[in-house]
Amino acid sequence: VSTRAKETVSIQFVCDDGTKYTTNAKVGDNLLDVVIENDIDLDGFGACEGTLACSTCHLILEQSDYDKLPQEPTDEELDMLDLAYGLTDTSRLGCQIIVSKDMDGLVVRVPDGVADAREP
Amino acid sequence: KHTVRNYSGSGNIPHVCVVGSGPAGFYTAQQLLKGNNKIHVDIYEKLPVPFGLVRYGVAPDHPEVKNVINTFTQTANNERCTFIGNVCVGQDISLSELQKCYTAVILSYGAEDDRKLNIPGEDVQNVVSARNFVGWYNGLPEDKNLDIDLDTDVAVILGVGNVALDVARILLTPIDILAKTDITEYSLERLRKSHIKRVILVGRRGPLQVAFTIKELREMIKLPGCRPVLHTQDYTGLDSIYKDLPRPRKRLTELMYKTAITPTETDYKLWNNATKEWELRFRLSPLEILHDGVKASGVKFGVNRLEGSDMVNQKCVLTDETESVPCGLVLRSIGYRSHQIDSSLPFDVKNGVIDNTRGRVKDMKGIYCSGWVGTGPVGVILGTMTDGFDVGKTVLKDLDTGLLDTISNREDALQLLQRRGVKTVSFKDWNKIDMIETTDGENIGKPREKIADIDKLLNIAHA
Ligand SMILES: Cc1cc2nc3c(=O)[nH]c(=O)nc-3n(C[C@H](O)[C@H](O)[C@H](O)COP(=O)(O)OP(=O)(O)OC[C@H]3O[C@@H](n4cnc5c(N)ncnc54)[C@H](O)[C@@H]3O)c2cc1C
Ligand code: FES
Repeated sequence: VSTRAKETVSIQFVCDDGTKYTTNAKVGDNLLDVVIENDIDLDGFGACEGTLACSTCHLILEQSDYDKLPQEPTDEELDMLDLAYGLTDTSRLGCQIIVSKDMDGLVVRVPDGVADAREP
Repeated sequence: KHTVRNYSGSGNIPHVCVVGSGPAGFYTAQQLLKGNNKIHVDIYEKLPVPFGLVRYGVAPDHPEVKNVINTFTQTANNERCTFIGNVCVGQDISLSELQKCYTAVILSYGAEDDRKLNIPGEDVQNVVSARNFVGWYNGLPEDKNLDIDLDTDVAVILGVGNVALDVARILLTPIDILAKTDITEYSLERLRKSHIKRVILVGRRGPLQVAFTIKELREMIKLPGCRPVLHTQDYTGLDSIYKDLPRPRKRLTELMYKTAITPTETDYKLWNNATKEWELRFRLSPLEILHDGVKASGVKFGVNRLEGSDMVNQKCVLTDETESVPCGLVLRSIGYRSHQIDSSLPFDVKNGVIDNTRGRVKDMKGIYCSGWVGTGPVGVILGTMTDGFDVGKTVLKDLDTGLLDTISNREDALQLLQRRGVKTVSFKDWNKIDMIETTDGENIGKPREKIADIDKLLNIAHA
């Protein structure tokens, strides 16, 4: 058993179809890193690789969790979020959320790409 | 439903083909490969190189957007996926020929035609379509010799979408910034000598109807050395309207409003030393391109009145009033459209898209479409991705329910191409081109120097 260099917490990703993924999230990583590191196969997630140029890493948080996040979204994050399908008031971009120690047990929702590209 | 299985060759493994290697083609292929562990996908591409508008549309100063190429490359490297470049479907091989060789054909060939204004003067010199201009700076072979003269101080862009902003940004960005991108050297040379100081973007309707998105607008407002010119009268009173709009439209309108009416100290600091500017004009429909017999000298507009109580969806009505705006370059950015690659394809001529229901082409069993060719040329890669995934799922479902005949005659298609002398390009061949382009780029401080010559591309591919 290797010793982990970084502390981890448990974060759960819940998809719209009910599938749940419980992850070992390294403190200091962002939630896109967590998805990749834990081999969670979410179609199209993280298309721009965390460079704030898409909104495929869209996640929805509970209001109380949203309020607890240390950093508020920047204008640039909100700009990209504006293009996300199923945008809510507690939406964030996963690549902009940094895992911290107190996030153990956090549950985030992965919204489906529900929108119909044919009806803008 | 009965299923004809062809046991010659590859047995009853379904082979499907995708036409076009832009985001739609690649995302559809990705979904198909993931959802069925037997299926084989051939991706046909007209050009010797993959990735469609990600390579030839997305602006050179937006390299992050092009990260999607990494996922496409993974798809192309899947052992059940084959990239077949330099094959123009409809020309080198017909749709019905493909139909005979594959279980399903998914058309993802984008929207390569241009919408025209159909007004007098449109064909004079220096009236350029944004599509060609974008192709020119991005190294699209057919646009590399674009006839454009930047020895003029004012450019008018007809259109207020993201492509219009891309074009404005490329015309106005300090050259040292552009020089570090993968913009083609030949365009950089021309832009270095450009005299354009002012770019005017013109919309038929008002600020509530702009089609560009907020990220691109914010970028323009912060563009180094460049000042936005937004006319206060266009925005007065909008604050009471945007409050109640859905968040994206609200934040977009608010940003225009604040920039026009209540700019901050930081804004002023940014704009004070500007030597160039961009301007937004509204409620103007182009009636005629003015010219000196040879070259564009301005645009004559009809002034519009906006009607309707739904403020966001107001319609414009032309009044008798006109206004002429002098300029030496006119860029038309009023949209793309698709074309019919086969006369048997049901085509919606008005909207320039293939007639389809959620990706199933009307009355054509086994033929599907995804991306801009089916949705129309609107939105960003995210929308195209969602559509690609959706159509992929539809094909998988039709395969599962036995709606499709399993056909696996891809060898026939490849032999046909060979007999016709078509020299196909594989993904390995593309890797060779990619390597040379990145090395050439690195030598001059750029991420890539694109090769814009078809023969050169083919020579490298087939070396
Ligand atoms: C100028 C411009 C800038 C853009 N910038 C951005 C951006 O910054 N961010 C963003 O998210 N989106 C951007 N977009 C939108 C994005 O490019 C589209 O959503 C997406 O490319 C559409 O994908 P597609 O696969 O349907 O079409 P395309 O990307 O056009 O792909 C179609 C492919 O089919 C090939 N093809 C055509 N005809 C044939 C044929 N007969 N046989 C075989 N192959 C054929 C073409 O060569 C091409 O490779 C931009 C679009 C434009 C026009
Ligand atoms: S991965 Fe693109 S914005 Fe987060």
